Amino acid sequence: MKKIIAAGIFGLSLAASGLAYAEPVKIGVITTLSGGGAGLGVDMRDAFALAMKQSGNKDVELVVEDDAQKPEIAVQLAEKMIQSDKVDLLTGIIWSNLAMAVVPNAVAQDVIYLSPNAGPSALAGAKCNKNYFNVAYQNDNFHEAMGQYANKDYKKTFILAPNYPAGKDSLTGFKRYYKGELAGEVYTQVGQTDYAAEIAQIRDSGADSVFFFLPGGMGISFMKQYAQSGVNIPVMGPGFSFDQDILPAVGDAALGVKNSASWSKDLDNEANKQFVEAFQAEYKRLPSVYAAQSWDTANLILSALGKASVKDKDAFRAALKAADFKSVRGGFTFNTNNHPVQNIYVREVIKEGDVLTNKIVATAFEHHKDAYADQCKM
Amino acid sequence: MSIALLLEQLLNGLQLGVMLFLMAAGLTLIFGVMGLINLAHGSLYMIGAFACAAVAAATGSFWIGLAASLVAAAAAGAIIEVTVIRRLYDRDHLDQVLATFALILIFSEGTRWLFGSFPLYLDIPPLLQGAVPLPGGGQYQLYRLAIIGVGVVVALGLYVLISRTRLGMRIRAGESDREMIAALGVDIRTLYTVVFALGAALAGLAGALVGALQSVQVGMGEPALILAFVVIVIGGIGSIKGALLGAILVGVVDTMGRFLLPKALALMIPAAQAGPIGAALASMLIYIVMALILAFRPSGLFATQS
Repeated sequence: MKKIIAAGIFGLSLAASGLAYAEPVKIGVITTLSGGGAGLGVDMRDAFALAMKQSGNKDVELVVEDDAQKPEIAVQLAEKMIQSDKVDLLTGIIWSNLAMAVVPNAVAQDVIYLSPNAGPSALAGAKCNKNYFNVAYQNDNFHEAMGQYANKDYKKTFILAPNYPAGKDSLTGFKRYYKGELAGEVYTQVGQTDYAAEIAQIRDSGADSVFFFLPGGMGISFMKQYAQSGVNIPVMGPGFSFDQDILPAVGDAALGVKNSASWSKDLDNEANKQFVEAFQAEYKRLPSVYAAQSWDTANLILSALGKASVKDKDAFRAALKAADFKSVRGGFTFNTNNHPVQNIYVREVIKEGDVLTNKIVATAFEHHKDAYADQCKM
Repeated sequence: MSIALLLEQLLNGLQLGVMLFLMAAGLTLIFGVMGLINLAHGSLYMIGAFACAAVAAATGSFWIGLAASLVAAAAAGAIIEVTVIRRLYDRDHLDQVLATFALILIFSEGTRWLFGSFPLYLDIPPLLQGAVPLPGGGQYQLYRLAIIGVGVVVALGLYVLISRTRLGMRIRAGESDREMIAALGVDIRTLYTVVFALGAALAGLAGALVGALQSVQVGMGEPALILAFVVIVIGGIGSIKGALLGAILVGVVDTMGRFLLPKALALMIPAAQAGPIGAALASMLIYIVMALILAFRPSGLFATQS
């Protein structure tokens, strides 16, 4: 009962502020709902839809389509949504390579795109755009936080990432703040499932720690194989490989691992409590960082809709930029390049009863800005 | 670089090869006997992994899960053979590729419908947990050694089955002249179903064994399928012996390439560039090997007459 009342009050407060401009708004959501990466897109879509539902705003219509994690499909969907569905806003893309394929083209047609995940460095720097708002992070951020945190305990780290743009952003981010020596730097194949050859090199390297960025199923494979290999060097990584969608499949091998993220379910603020409770009640599972970012994206849109008409682009962009919403991450503002200024935390994987989850153990950065904002001429 | 590291990498290559052999053996058998290109072989691998994970989670025993994976994959193989594949033997390869590609989509979305979009958990059984010491001071994961053992047993078993039993005789006869063996009164339809189910069971076994090492998720079969095709093309389509040697060649070349190429490049160019370039070259290496072998032996190492 308490839950329902809380949700009701939450919804009413948003609805009250949303009454100013009662006009139909169409939001296109392109995300990954099939294939190996579907877990991430499903969390994104579910959180977004729930936030819209709870707001009680009847004027918002969602057009949700599956990109199957393929850039060419995402491009077609974006064209269809802009040309024939005539959406007012676009959002939803999980992967950086898809974002790079869709975003520059969409924003050039004066469509506003809000990123609930993916933050490739190019779009934060030279190719930034007034129509592109990143509500998640710039790709380097989580890795920078881990590099900063590693300085405390480690002197010789072995680093590992897939050989694609986000993988290179990752290791670049880590090295930007890490002061120790590197025991090795290895790029793996995207989609690789067996890490025996890399683990053998880690064993031989004399490293005192391992940093890896392997999103999705790659991270599950790596952690399971690492746990059984007899190598006992501590591992760490960005939160993607230790998030709620991944942990059940990794199992106890993940216990105690330090990882970095802008959000955790135990983050102590009112908006976050409501979010975690509402998400669990609706979907019977714990939300991931993708769900949290997507929830924030939805609420950012709702806050702007309360202030300006979506048809008045200049006023609407200004309303978005004000970021006048209750973020589940606590403090949230936009930098000059429309990317977040936010805290990045270090979390540790723990067990609550039978459920593996994360708790915050340190704050790596406060009000962290990305390294590319200076290159953005907006 | 120590001897222990080199030995460990060789074992890694062998283990990858053995896993590929389990996939490739079924694929090459089905192609050799029935002339069918089965893209859905990767789906059978996925079915094996999901059956093992689901049953192991329900019963708490990896071994019951492993048995279930064999049964589930063989059953799925037999069912699609009877309902779909049987209609494709007389069609050309393009129709077969289209129909079995459709099966991939059906199995992938069906599995998602049953198990959801999130990866399943499957762990190594307690008996095979941990690592064992290697000569030279290294260590090696026990479970990977066990996979190598399973591969050797399966290879021997297939050898005996094909060269020493009546079923094997029929399989060989079906490979060389299917009209004649049908004319001699052998029930060719049942033989095809049995061979298909056998190949499916081997794929399911590979899926279950590998599922404990990596992520059990929708779409896990397709990367393995691509490598298995490389293996049978190198080994000679239809040849079990070729599949075994091709698989081990691909496994060792891929592992050693990933390990040695970035190191070799680092001697010539700055280390910061050697990493990504070496990794990119290593991912091409098995295809380069395949191209070289096909240049000199266009029908593979152990081509069967066709």
